[in-house]
Parts: sequence; C-alpha cells; structure tokens
Amino acid sequence: MESTNKRYWRGLEELRNDESFVKNAYKEFPEANSDKSSTESGSIVDGIGSDRRDFLKVLGFGMAAVTLAACDTPVHRAIPYINKPESTFPGIADYYASTYSEGGDYIPVLVKTREGRPIKIEGNTSSTITKGGTSARVQASVLSLYDNDKLKGPKRGDADSDWATIDKEILGQLQRGGAIRIVSSTLLSPSTKSVIAAFIAKYPTATHIQYDANSVSGLVQANQTSFGQAVIPSYDFSKAKTIVSVGADFLGSWIAPLEYTDQYISTRKVGANAGNKKEMSRHYQFETGLSMTGSNADYRSPIKPSQEGLVVAALYNKVAAKLGGAPVSTAAVDVPYLDKAAADLASARGAALVVSGSNDPNVQVLVNALNNLLGSYGVTIDLSRPVNYRQGNDAAMNAFITDAKAGRIQGAIFYAANPVYDHPRGAELKEALPKIGLSVSFADRSDETASLCKYTCPASHYLESWDDASPKAGFYSLTQPTINTIFKTRQPQVSLLTWAGLSPNYENFIKNYWRTSIYPQAGSGLPFDQFWIQSLHNGVLEVNAAVAGAAGAFKPESVAAAVAGVAQKYKPNATGFELSLYEKVSIGTGAMANNPWLQELPDPVSKACWDNYACLSQKTATELGVEQFDLVSVEVTGKPAVELPVLVQPGQADGTVSIAIGYGREKAGKSADGIGKNVYPLASVSANSLLFSAMDVKITKASGSRTIAQTQTHDTVMGRRAVIQETILAAYKKDPKAGRYFPKVVTSEGPVSPTDISLWKGYEKTNHSWGMIIDLNSCTGCAACVVSCQAENNIPVVGRQEVINRREMHWIRIDRYYSSDAEAEDRKGLEIASNNPEVVFQPMLCQHCSNAPCETVCPVLATTHSAEGLNQMTYNRCVGTRYCANNCPYKVRRFNWFKYFDNDNFDYHYNNDLGKMVINPDVTVRSRGVIEKCSFCVQRIQEGKLTAKKERRRPKPDEIQVACAQACPTGGIIFGDMNDPESTISKLLKEENEARAFQVLEEINVRPQISYLTKIRNKDEEAKPVAAAAGHAE
Amino acid sequence: MHTDFIGFSLIKMYSRSVISTLVIVLIALFSSYQSVAQEAAAAGGDAAKGKELFSTLCQQCHAVTDEKVIGPGLKGIKSRRDEAWLIKWIKNPQAVISSGDAYATALYAKYQPLVMQSFPDLSDDDIRNILAHVEAAGAPAPVATAAPGGTAQAAAPASESPSGLFTAVLVALLVVMLLVLGVLLVLVSVLSKAVAPTPGTEGTQSTPFFQRLKSNLSAVASNSTLRSIVLWLFVFVVTKQTFDGLYSVGVSQGYAPKQPIAFSHKLHAGQYQINCNYCHTSVYKGKLATIPSANICMNCHGEIKRESPEIQKIYKAIEEDRPVEWVRVHNLPDLAYFNHAQHTNVGQVQCQTCHGEIEKMEVVEQRSSLTMGWCIDCHRKTEVATKDNAYYDKLVALHKKGSKEPLRVANIGGLECSKCHY
Repeated sequence: MESTNKRYWRGLEELRNDESFVKNAYKEFPEANSDKSSTESGSIVDGIGSDRRDFLKVLGFGMAAVTLAACDTPVHRAIPYINKPESTFPGIADYYASTYSEGGDYIPVLVKTREGRPIKIEGNTSSTITKGGTSARVQASVLSLYDNDKLKGPKRGDADSDWATIDKEILGQLQRGGAIRIVSSTLLSPSTKSVIAAFIAKYPTATHIQYDANSVSGLVQANQTSFGQAVIPSYDFSKAKTIVSVGADFLGSWIAPLEYTDQYISTRKVGANAGNKKEMSRHYQFETGLSMTGSNADYRSPIKPSQEGLVVAALYNKVAAKLGGAPVSTAAVDVPYLDKAAADLASARGAALVVSGSNDPNVQVLVNALNNLLGSYGVTIDLSRPVNYRQGNDAAMNAFITDAKAGRIQGAIFYAANPVYDHPRGAELKEALPKIGLSVSFADRSDETASLCKYTCPASHYLESWDDASPKAGFYSLTQPTINTIFKTRQPQVSLLTWAGLSPNYENFIKNYWRTSIYPQAGSGLPFDQFWIQSLHNGVLEVNAAVAGAAGAFKPESVAAAVAGVAQKYKPNATGFELSLYEKVSIGTGAMANNPWLQELPDPVSKACWDNYACLSQKTATELGVEQFDLVSVEVTGKPAVELPVLVQPGQADGTVSIAIGYGREKAGKSADGIGKNVYPLASVSANSLLFSAMDVKITKASGSRTIAQTQTHDTVMGRRAVIQETILAAYKKDPKAGRYFPKVVTSEGPVSPTDISLWKGYEKTNHSWGMIIDLNSCTGCAACVVSCQAENNIPVVGRQEVINRREMHWIRIDRYYSSDAEAEDRKGLEIASNNPEVVFQPMLCQHCSNAPCETVCPVLATTHSAEGLNQMTYNRCVGTRYCANNCPYKVRRFNWFKYFDNDNFDYHYNNDLGKMVINPDVTVRSRGVIEKCSFCVQRIQEGKLTAKKERRRPKPDEIQVACAQACPTGGIIFGDMNDPESTISKLLKEENEARAFQVLEEINVRPQISYLTKIRNKDEEAKPVAAAAGHAE
Repeated sequence: MHTDFIGFSLIKMYSRSVISTLVIVLIALFSSYQSVAQEAAAAGGDAAKGKELFSTLCQQCHAVTDEKVIGPGLKGIKSRRDEAWLIKWIKNPQAVISSGDAYATALYAKYQPLVMQSFPDLSDDDIRNILAHVEAAGAPAPVATAAPGGTAQAAAPASESPSGLFTAVLVALLVVMLLVLGVLLVLVSVLSKAVAPTPGTEGTQSTPFFQRLKSNLSAVASNSTLRSIVLWLFVFVVTKQTFDGLYSVGVSQGYAPKQPIAFSHKLHAGQYQINCNYCHTSVYKGKLATIPSANICMNCHGEIKRESPEIQKIYKAIEEDRPVEWVRVHNLPDLAYFNHAQHTNVGQVQCQTCHGEIEKMEVVEQRSSLTMGWCIDCHRKTEVATKDNAYYDKLVALHKKGSKEPLRVANIGGLECSKCHY
C-alpha cells in the first residue's frame, strides 16, 4: 500500500500542472495544425482544411473512380520463379543466422526473409553472450538495408563511375606509394583484419588505424598502466552484489550494453521469475545527466563532470579506510550516498564491481585500484579474456589528423568511418582531406567524409555481405548474405582484396581463414566442410577450451601518477557551467542516423525523439531564465557555439548541460539531415584521449524556441493512481505482496474486489488464452521491443511534427514515470524530489481486456473479442469514429491520420518502392482513417497454431512468441498460453498471482490479459519514514 | 453519395433486359443456397495407400494402363517382374542397370537417355502398396473416373445462381400471365358491348372495339391499387438491383482471363490425373499454393511435346530468364489473410470445393464468389477435420459435453475477425 502514497509524474509539466498539460490531458485528439510551423499545407491531398469546393471535387472524383473501377477488374499478375530453389516456398519465411557487428556492437542474429527479402531481425539464442537479446539499433538495421539515400554504385568525386574504372585508377595511385592509412571504426572481424594485413603486405607503407566515436581508449590506456595489458577486460555484472557506476551508462551505451544488461538484470530479478531468489544486487550511480542506467539504479547522485575523478578517489579512500589500504590525497567531495556506496562495496568485497564511463586514463587507473582493493579481478572482471568491442586508439587517430593537416599522408582509406562528422577534430580533417592524394571512402552514402573523398566505393549492407566476428577470444560468429546486393555495391573486403591483387572472393577468404585459424581450435571432430556448414547454420561458434593469456598483476606504483593527475584536474566545487556528452540508445554515434525508426524512437528517459537538446536541471534553467524549448547557446571556450532547445530534465546535475551525440548529420539522408546539432566538436581532445565533457562552458539564452517532440505526457491516466506498484526489497522479503494495491468497490453487500462483480458474462477461453507478464524489475527501458514491434507490424513513422501533434503510432510504448516519496500535497518536497527522482519504466501496450471498454463503444463492431482472449481490431470494418481510443483507459489505440505509406509528406522509407520491401506481408498496411493497436502479433499466433495443426499436435509451451517478447534482452516480457499449464507464463502466474503480479488499473475491472510484476528497489528502510508518515495521514 | 449509388445501379441495369430483372427479383424471393455434402473417401487397405503415393510420385510418368506416358505403362507389371526386383528397381534404378541386370539394361536401351528417378525414401511396404494399387486399377474393372487429389469425390460446388430450367419456367409463367392479362382485357372489351345498355335506336353508334379496349386499359391504369402495386414493385426492383450491384463490386465470379500460355487443367489434372500438389508445390505447406516454376514444367516437357508452340513459350522464358507472367485468377483483397495449408492440409478441404471442377477446365475460371459471405457460410457449415489431429482432441471433448452437433469451424472461433483480418 505504501506505493500508492507515492506521487508519480511523467514530466515536469504534469508535476507543476501546467496549463498546456491540463488542456491536453482532457483532450484525446488535439486540433490539427495547432502548430503553425507545421509543414503540412492545407490542401486536399493531406485532408486538412478542406472546404466545400474540395468536398465537391472529391465527390466528383470519387464517383468517376467508382464508375470506372466497376467497369473492369484490374489484372493481377502471378509471376513464378523460373527455377525455384528447392527449399524456398513463397509465403513461407526462411531464417538465416548472421551477425550484426557495426562499430564494435556485436549481436548474433537470425534474419527472417520472405520471398528473398530480409524483413525482420531476431536475436540468436545460441549465443551465450547475448542469449538471443537484441537492441533497438539491431532491430532497426533491417530498415537501413532499404534506404533509398544510399549510393547506387561507386563514385569518382561527384560523378558516377563503375568498379572496373575505379579499381584501375585506385590501383594506379596506390602503386605510387607514400603513407597510406586505413582509418576504420572498431572491426570485430578477424578475417577482415587478415584482409587488411594482406593489403598492408602488398603496400608496406600502409597502416591501419582504428578509432571509435564513442571511445573508451582511456580505459585501455589505464589497463596498460595498471596491468601492462592494453585491453578491455570482460566484465561480469551477474556476479556483483554491489555495483557502482561513475558515469558509465553500461545498460545503454558503454562498451557492450546488451551483454551487461543480461548480466545485470539476472541480479535484479526476484521471485518466481528467478527461481524464487529473494536477493538483489545494489546499484549506485554517480552521473551528470539522468541516463537509462541511472534510471535503473537504487541510489543515484548527480555529479558534475569536474567531480568525476574526485568521486572515484573518495570512494577509494572510504573503501580503503574499511579494508585497509593506503589512502590517496585528493580534495574531499561532498556527494550524497558516497559513504553508503563505500560501505556496501566494502561489505561486498569479492563480489563488487566499480565501472566508470570516463575516458580519462587517470580516473580509470583509480577505478582499477579500487577494483583491485575490492578483489573484483578474477570475479567480476576478467582480464584474461579481453573483449574486442572498442579497439579505437585515440592517440593514433589524433596523430593521423595532425599528419593529414601537415600533408604527410598520401593515401587515406575510410572504412566504416566518418571522422569528418564524428571526430572532435573533424573540421580540421575536412580541410586536410583535399590535400591527400588518394582518398577513398567505403561509406554506403556520400556522407560528410565520403563527399570529400576522391573515390567512394560504397559498402554493401551487412545483410548483403559475408563476414565474421570475434567479440572476444574463443567466441566467433559468421555473417552471411540474406539478399543479393540491391545496388552496385561491394564489400570493402572485396575492394581491398582486389587492390591487393588477390582473389576478390571474400566468402572463400573467410572459409580459408576459418579452415586454418578457427577449425583447428574448435576440435569439432567433423570434416571441415561439415564444420563450416554447421557454423554457418548456427551463426555462432564458441570454443570453450580456448582461454586467453593470463591476467597481469596490479601495479600499485601506477596509482600515484594517476592521483596527481586527478587532483590537478578535478575540482570538488567548481562553479562554472559544465558540459557532458552522452550517447542515446536509439541514434548511438549517429552512423545509423538516417533510420526513421530510430529517429522516432523516444529516448528512454527524456521521451524525446527527432532531436537533440540541452538537458538542464530546473534550478539551472531558472537561473538562466530559460524555460522548456527556449533556445540556448552552448559555447565551449575556443569552439563554435551550438544553439539548442532546452529540455528541463529532472535528475540533471545543477550547473551542467548534457547533449546527445549522433545528431546534426549533414549528409546522411533525408531522415537525418538537419535533425539536431552535431556536438562532437565540443568534446575535449587531449594528446592521448578524447574527453566527452568540458569544464569551461558558457550557456546563454538565445532568441527563439524550438518545440521538442516528446511523447511522455501525450496520454492521460485521468488521475488514476494504481498504474505503478512498487516496493523495496526488505518489504518484499517480509511480504511478497508488498507494494500491491488492492482496490475495493463498495456494494450493498459491503466493499468487494472489483473483479468479484461484473456486468458481463465473460468469455469462455476453451482453446488458448494468450497472456503476458511484464516484470518491472527486468525492464531497463532499452526500447528494443518498440522497434521490434514496429518492424513486425508495419507501423508507420510519422515524423517530428506529427509527434508534436501527439499522433505517434507505436503500438508498444515504454512509459517512464518519475516518482518520489514526498506526499502528494507536499509541493516543496516534490520540488526537491524532482531534482533527483526515482524512475520506473513500464512497457504499455494493448492490455487485451476481457471486459474491454473499447469493444462496447464501437458502433460498427470493428473491435471485437476472440475466444482466445485477444482484443481484435478489424481495419476494414473501422470507420474511424475513434470512440474506442477515447474509451481506452490505457491509451494504446492509434489513429491513422494519414495514408502514411503513400504520402510524400511522410518520406520515411515507406513511401518508396525500395523501403516498402521491409513490409511484413502477413500484416495489413493500414490505410488512412482507421484505428490500430497491438494485436498480440496475431499473425504469429496464427502461424504457430497452423504449424502445430499441420504436425497434428498442440503448440509446445512458449513455442509462439510475440515480437516484443522475442526482442527483449532480459526476458522481462513473458508471453504465452495461460491455458497451457506447462507454459512459462502459467507457471509464473501460479506463483506470482498471490505475490507480485498486478494488473494496471485493477479498480476499473477491465480484466486485462497482461499482468505486471511489482517493481522492487534494493533500498534501505530509511526511505520509509516519509512513506509511513504519508500512510498515517491517509 | 446517394446519387452515385443510383448512377451505378443504372449502369448495371443497362446490361440486363427488363424481363430478366423481374425474373431475378422473383428468384431472389424463392431461391435458397445449396450446400455441398462433404463425402469422405471410403477407402482402406494397401491399394488405397498406394493410390495416394502413386498419384504423387508415379503418375507423372506412368499410367496404370498399357499406355506409355514417359515411362512404360504398368498394367500387369506384377506378372512381368517379381516383387523383389521391383522394390530394388524403384529404390534405385541406376544401381540395377549398372548391376548388369538384363531386363533393366533392355529397358534402359529402350528409353535412353531417360532413366527413372530413384525413390530411396520409399519403404518396401510403400512400394508393395503402390503395386497393389497398380494391380487393382489395371484390373479389367470399369475405369474409375477419380478426381485428382487422390480421393474420389463428387465435386459439385455450391451454385449461387438459379438453374437454367427454373429461370425458363419463371419466364414462361410471366409470359403466360401477361398473355392471360391481355386476353382478359380483350374479353372484357368484347363482353362490355353486350353488357352495354342499348338505347334501341339503330342510329346511335355503338362504341368501336378498340375504343372500348382503350378505355378499359385506362381504367386499369387508373386503378390506384394496381398503380401502387406497380410502383412498389418498381421501387423494390430498383432497390434490389442497387444492392445487388453494390454487392457485386469487386466480385469477379466467372472471371476466366486468357493466359499467356494455353495451359489446360482439363488435360493435366483431368486426363492425366496429375496431383495438384505436383505442380502447386506448397499447397499443403504454406499460405500460397504457388504457380509452378518453369523447371517443374520441364520435369515432363523436357521430353514430351517439345515442339508444341505453347511449350516453346516455356523454353523461351527459360532461355531469356524471364518468368512467365500468368494472369492471376483468384484475387483476395489484401485485407483478408488466406492460408492454403490451413484448409488443404489441416482442414482436408478438397481443391474443388473452392476452385470448382478444375479438372474439367480448359481455361481456369473463378467459380466461387470469394466474398466474405461465402467464406463465413462455409465456416458455419464445415465440420472440423479433427480425426487424428491431437490439436483438436481437447476441443472435441469439450464440445461433446455441451452439444450433440458435430464440431464445426464456427464453434472454434472460425467466425472471429482476427482469424482472417490482421
């Protein structure tokens, strides 16, 4: 019951009860064109502002069209294969194992193809690293395959060319020699590295430089200093009892978020979902902006970037005081929860983990010292199995740009790299590039770097390519093409092999590499050809025997220099404004920015899409005299100022501004160009590393404002309270029902549970009863489910203006609620709480109510109930009254205001023939004027049932999976047949029905098929007095 | 909007004569829809199993008679060769030939360069079943005209238009009634002279016959009852026509477009009894039955009738690597999801139930209306093929508790929207 005393709010406008919020909250459908800056014109085409004449025109045209259409049946063609591949059947999907490894992100996948077109990505469950999990970006990657803004063939300067000519010219120039640099982002592929080695063997003046736009080069350097090993170790969050992160967004963007998410959540799950475990890890986060990781933390403190080093030092000192270590001398820093974190770390010695997102080697050396003190090495950190995810070397890249400026480089080849855009010194490189005799880019489009290069040799998409990957020693996986190249593109490896004078067959090259290097380790006992087919079929190969070299011993002498560096650089109480750059889970480094699915994916925390912005705390904003959406000018000394709209972000450290990288592309394509501002140049460059923060920043109010497309307060919960139910671990241990809210309805026989009374007869679900459980403890907010659903169900992208108009189309959204223990009436307490609120994520989708309010109000029976518990939506019957959306308590119904797939105003890949190839042929493309919503992936249910029927059996437990559940990297969404006693959902519900399982808005008795499991925070009981006081007040 | 409904119905009306319109109205009042009785094939024993295998695997090349198709006719095969040899041969003909077997070598010499396909997956029993079928079918019993698909079935699909005879009778009735009306009018006119009061003077002219007829007609025409009957009848007809016209939008029953190649189902499926599944390879597997690719045609036409100009078109398609663009006959709207496997494999519905007597069609025609009403109607009437399908066991048991009727598709959610629309 405590939880209901908490006040939840979705944005400051709700907390403050702004006029605009109140107005919107009671208005389901906003007026069209309320914003005059709308790009839509009031014409007949988009259906806005039609007048009588337009009406008559439409009427006349309609009559003519109907008459004509009635005269003749349009002729449809049925075109068979000439020579049908034996195992392919039109209408039946084929799955191929492959691997997504872009920019160091590594995710083994299964690619679903229909009629030869890849249409969906699923995680590969054979991988022990990702365990079938996916991220939003990998889910969206299939849309990038059908991006019409990509190059259609090789280019010389701005002119189209052909491969033969280009090869000849480039060969000629390469043979002239001189310093050649291959500049790439992190390459996970050992075969590609071997190709580059072969190229370098042919041209000995060439060297290979790797750099990462989201560099962790400082960590590598620190490990070199501390252990003599320039590597990134394997982290194992699953073994940690206390986790402290200083600015590392390890669930969202730091090194290998997908791998860490799975490990981390395994320590956060409790109850039947985790084998009746009742223990949780405790997670502290010290960071500047409110990150997704910070939102999941039990205790979080906002700190300024200038305090980062001191926070680590202070933690070290406090832990050392407990465990007996030599303290280091740095300035003391006053940050909440430092003592508590240190105490928990010390008591969890041997099962603790401290990570830092800083790219300052000195800070990382201190983190190493702290982890060493805590005995983390060998338990939660494994130096003997380094990972390859980020191999970038900031120093080498720095040297390259300096050399290029000085004219010392004769040839530059950019491989999956766009440094002009995503390197802080991009502007310098931009000026230097024309001086380089031979510049080649393998970019798939004329991006910021490629457009300055003499040659662009467009790379194929990974779904069109052969490749392999090795995320760490002993782990291998393969990428295989699932479609022929759509355009005249060529894999970079083929180009490099060609220029090195070798056979350009990269498939054979990989095969030979595997034969000589990997097959002998594998010891599979199969002949190589069979081994190869098997590896290709499985997608991943994990060689257990192979354990890499020994871990180096910690060098205590390395600490002193680092402490000096930290003491010199970091200040406990700096007063100026400071900048922190962060990476969003959607756009990432910006390489995939031209992907409308990612652009429209709301940020987990700010719920903003289609923009980057300056996050300021309320206090800082008030001091600056700016409000939400006002433009501010952010200026880092010595760098050009950037103008961005303000987003007042609860949890942001006072006196700081956070801005996302990955925006402000200029040459990425229609969906990305001009969206947001490029803030890479604001990062600080030192000789050896990049720092994604700056300490001397000027923020001034600029004129004008820009509305940010934010989805958080679009729907109203009408003041209903029991949406989120949560508790703390101690309370849960005492009573598994802790935090649950049991509403009562007053009847003539006294108060009863709402579910005891009903107007309706209910539905007999004799065959299946499809249901879902969503574990609020497992949801990190990563949004993979949102994009997965979008891909599976042909959900259109509506664009920034339409999101501002509150017309986004996502069938599943992740509601982010801020909360605090302060009493609802305690305005002052709430103000303070809003500076650093608790956060909870709640995936919200159609609840498939058994007493569905939407069904009873539909005048045309377009939404009805099925005998399997589904709330069905029949588009062809819908006439668009929107009564259902109005009556839906969960606000999950979406209206098609436009014919998004056939309207040039919505140029988001779906309106051209190429982009339409991503459409799932089993799901209707909705037309204008109809409502749509989550169908529980009924196409998958039907397909699964048919498979079972064809095999004359019942569906196996958990055989049928919906897109969101399949995409979820933590198993937080559990879908299944509640009538099947063997299914996970049935087993779980049996245990949790009397414990954590609750239904949202139980008091209105709509009886959803979806249950949620209460959120449990590993907080101490201290937090209770406030809640207890509130309880008394009630 | 109303105007274009009327306009549309007028266009539709133009195409039909007034009489037939009237007739259709009358029919609509009396007609009822007929249903097809599903007759499961009564079969058992080895020969029945063999027949199924024969039709999928052997029939493309062998007849059960003496006739040579691609390979030799199989009549009396068991008397020609012993069973052990046949099993060996069918499993791997190449091996028997290379073993130097005299009969096999002779066969090879005769049919060179064709060698029979090997069937290593067939069990000995399968082969015995096939042979039993060949024996039975080749026996001098009257040749059974079995429908392709392996099951004998009287495929008489529901006909939604009234029979020709019924129409003729109704037209005749109408004509007779009109004649009677005319005769009566004439009679009245003739008799009215006799009834008319005669003033007795010869000079007064009696009204002439035609004038009397005319006045009688106008009397009839001014009869308010009759006028309102005619008026209401007219309104009824127009309304009925409007709705019929609207309901027929997008319905192309009887659509039989000319195809790029004059392929005859009558010949292939009817005369040669090639199993539907042989060409429409995924009809039991997936959503689409699929139009056969050119390489499937080549399985037989690599040898047979190579010189035919129609078959030359396939050769040309292969040479030019340009697929044959068939005209699609059965077009469901995109908003309706239909899966062949659900109906053919799980539901065990015969192809002819929806496609009509395809084995008698020279040019494929859309026999069923493919409207939602037609689908729903069948879902209401059709019993679920629950036999030997564990998926349905629990459902059948539950259904039996509450009802004596057999389990029909409608009972298990076959009328729910999201079964076809998503």
